[in-house]
Amino acid sequence: MAKNIKIYSTPTCPWCVRVKQFLKENNVSFEDLDVSTNQAAAEEMIQKTGQMGVPVLDIEGEIIIGFDKDKIKATLGI
Amino acid sequence: MLDLIIIGAGPAGITASVYAARKKMNFLVISKDIGGQAAWSGDIENYTGYQFISGPELAQKFEEHMRKYSIAVKESEEVALVEKSDEVIKVVTLKSEYEARSVIIASGKRSRELGIPGEKEFKNKGLTYCATCDGPLFAGKDVAIIGGGNSALDAALQMIGIGTKVYIINNMDILGGDAVMRHKVEENVKVKVFNKTQVTAVLGEKMVTGIRIQNRDNHAEELVPVEGVFVEIGLEPNSEFAKGIAKNEHAEIKVNAYNETNVTGIFAAGDVTDVPEKQIIIAAGEGSKALLSVFRYLAKQ
Repeated sequence: MAKNIKIYSTPTCPWCVRVKQFLKENNVSFEDLDVSTNQAAAEEMIQKTGQMGVPVLDIEGEIIIGFDKDKIKATLGI
Repeated sequence: MLDLIIIGAGPAGITASVYAARKKMNFLVISKDIGGQAAWSGDIENYTGYQFISGPELAQKFEEHMRKYSIAVKESEEVALVEKSDEVIKVVTLKSEYEARSVIIASGKRSRELGIPGEKEFKNKGLTYCATCDGPLFAGKDVAIIGGGNSALDAALQMIGIGTKVYIINNMDILGGDAVMRHKVEENVKVKVFNKTQVTAVLGEKMVTGIRIQNRDNHAEELVPVEGVFVEIGLEPNSEFAKGIAKNEHAEIKVNAYNETNVTGIFAAGDVTDVPEKQIIIAAGEGSKALLSVFRYLAKQ
């Protein structure tokens, strides 16, 4: 079963681009939330993580801050 | 034993690795990340062959080029020490230890930190070293940009564009950077520049609520209420692990025209060295030059 994945990102952040590229390469689908235009998503991200750095991944409640490749792989089992 | 270990996978390290693969050397790349500072650059319009490419895209191209060869890459691994004993060079990382006949240090540079109270506590809680990344989150909020060079001006212009009041805290007597950008920033009514001023603390509770600044001349202190602090005070070399290797006053590793350091068998390339200009294309060129020097060095042994 595909996992429900949310990515909080900005269009200008290099690691956001890289993390999305990485997921696409591994055929993982995700919902992309642009926190530079979506204020509600920005607040949701800050509330979930207590910080303001992007990217943030929410993999069914498991929060990963930054492009932490090892942690993403482990969480997704890829 | 390995012929070579390349430390770093930015433009210099990746280019060296491509050359090493084509020379069929027995080698390893160890790096904290892939792409280095190139991945953090905005728009690049001076890398020959690409009239226009973004930093992340160019970094991706570099990585693809490296992955085209079956190169052994230890990713997310940080080097703690490089030392030579007899003819063996030992590279100690936070995870393991490796040995090789030669080493290329291409570990690049990182953002300089302020070293003041509150900086660590509020990192990513209003304080950021990547205005390009996190800037949009501060739309409509008051922010302070620390620094007075091109990257500080760049950040200021970005923030002005999204309707934010900007305080620039500049340690120098006047702003530096390109005249065109400087005028744009100085003319804007949303910008207030504090020259000859240092930041002494970052304040807040859960998130940043302000900074404390001090004038260098009269030592007067002031509190500036801001929700964002962007640190743009330049770069410093990732050269701490190169303990016995000669460096200049900026902690950059000294190299000669052949990319040799003062330690035989240890070479260096790119922004971590004292090479006169720091450019992606120069780092890439230095990486290839260093590898060719290593190749000649190993052939002579």
